[in-house]
Amino acid sequence: MTQQEWPLWEVFIRSKQGLDHKHVGSLHAADAAMAVQNARDVYTRRLEGVSIWVVESKHIHASNPDDAEAFFDPAADKVYRHPTFYEVPDSIKHM
Amino acid sequence: METSEQVLSPEEQFQARIDADIRIEPKDWMPDAYRKTLIRQISQHAHSELVGMLPEGNWITRAPSLKRKSILLAKVQDEAGHGLYLYSAAETLGTTRDQMLADLHSGKAKYSSIFNYPTLSWADMGCVGWLVDGAAILNQVPLCRTSYGPYARAMVRVCKEESFHQRQGFEIMQTLCEGAPEQKAMAQEALNRWWWPTLMMFGPKDADSPNTEQSMKWRIKRFTNDELRQKFVDMMVPQAEFLGLTVPDEKVKWNEERQAYDFGEVNWDEFWAVVKGNGLCNHERLQARVSAHDEGAWVREAALAHAAKRAAKEAVAA
Ligand SMILES: [Fe+2]
Ligand SMILES: [Fe+2]
Repeated sequence: MTQQEWPLWEVFIRSKQGLDHKHVGSLHAADAAMAVQNARDVYTRRLEGVSIWVVESKHIHASNPDDAEAFFDPAADKVYRHPTFYEVPDSIKHM
Repeated sequence: METSEQVLSPEEQFQARIDADIRIEPKDWMPDAYRKTLIRQISQHAHSELVGMLPEGNWITRAPSLKRKSILLAKVQDEAGHGLYLYSAAETLGTTRDQMLADLHSGKAKYSSIFNYPTLSWADMGCVGWLVDGAAILNQVPLCRTSYGPYARAMVRVCKEESFHQRQGFEIMQTLCEGAPEQKAMAQEALNRWWWPTLMMFGPKDADSPNTEQSMKWRIKRFTNDELRQKFVDMMVPQAEFLGLTVPDEKVKWNEERQAYDFGEVNWDEFWAVVKGNGLCNHERLQARVSAHDEGAWVREAALAHAAKRAAKEAVAA
């Protein structure tokens, strides 16, 4: 019996040139080369990608959902950061 | 200050998010029972994808043409992928792949009973795709909106791939039905065997499904078993008619008032017997799974040893 599970990897796929890599899921693999190979087989069987990144899951650091309010709410009352905050006279074009 | 938020318990806040259709993500607080229910349901679903490869794998070497062989191979490979998406979703809830597989192999965890029926003829590949994947789609489409984010995302991917499965099955049936009388008889014979077990795939009657209410409240489930079973019959009877086949149920009859088909009662004794392990293939399926796992152990170990050796070499070189 195997005592040790293969490490977990997160998979990111660029669906076509010019777009970002996007998280698509995860898989287990013994090393990075195998993770890329498996990601090819599992996540790109129908031309879903032109490029693959894999990152071992343990290297991902995430924000804490319990802090979400304190973390993200300060952005909520700064409407002046959006162009719609400003009134542009009708006669002004191209702004 | 929002006083209403302060008086809500974590459970109430959780339910409020569910009611507002806000998805739950892995690190969010969730009731223990929600977590347990999801682990059970998602892993059971993953096991079904995995074991589901076996009855079809049985026909890959005997598919009647290279085209059919390629299609069947691609379908079976998809099912392996579905298993992987789902195991990954379950792992975000804190269980491990090894634990889930151990539960499958010990018989503690269940998988869909449909895969405990044998695939005896090539027409069975038609029925499995057309009926079994058809039933799976009905179950799975609402799950794309299930409340747990990773599960919903996995289901979106699964559903995208699933409709090819159903179509290739229907095409097999259509080809047989347009062929020689013997071929059509083979299609009818397969339908006779698969019809009732497929109706069982939606699970026990609502009255005998005590978990449904809570699962609906948590929006893990979006329709009840009986609702989905009715939808399936309404969808499939006209398709069988198109093929010139007859579903093996004398009670099937269009009900003008309900705008739905009436149909007969599933043999629930058979359903429970198969669930409890006494189906035609329960033993064989589990045995095939366990030996595939055991015989692959050396590969998993060797890959780890190889990775460790390479990492050590790279460390020295650096
Ligand atoms: Fe599947
Ligand atoms: Fe399928």
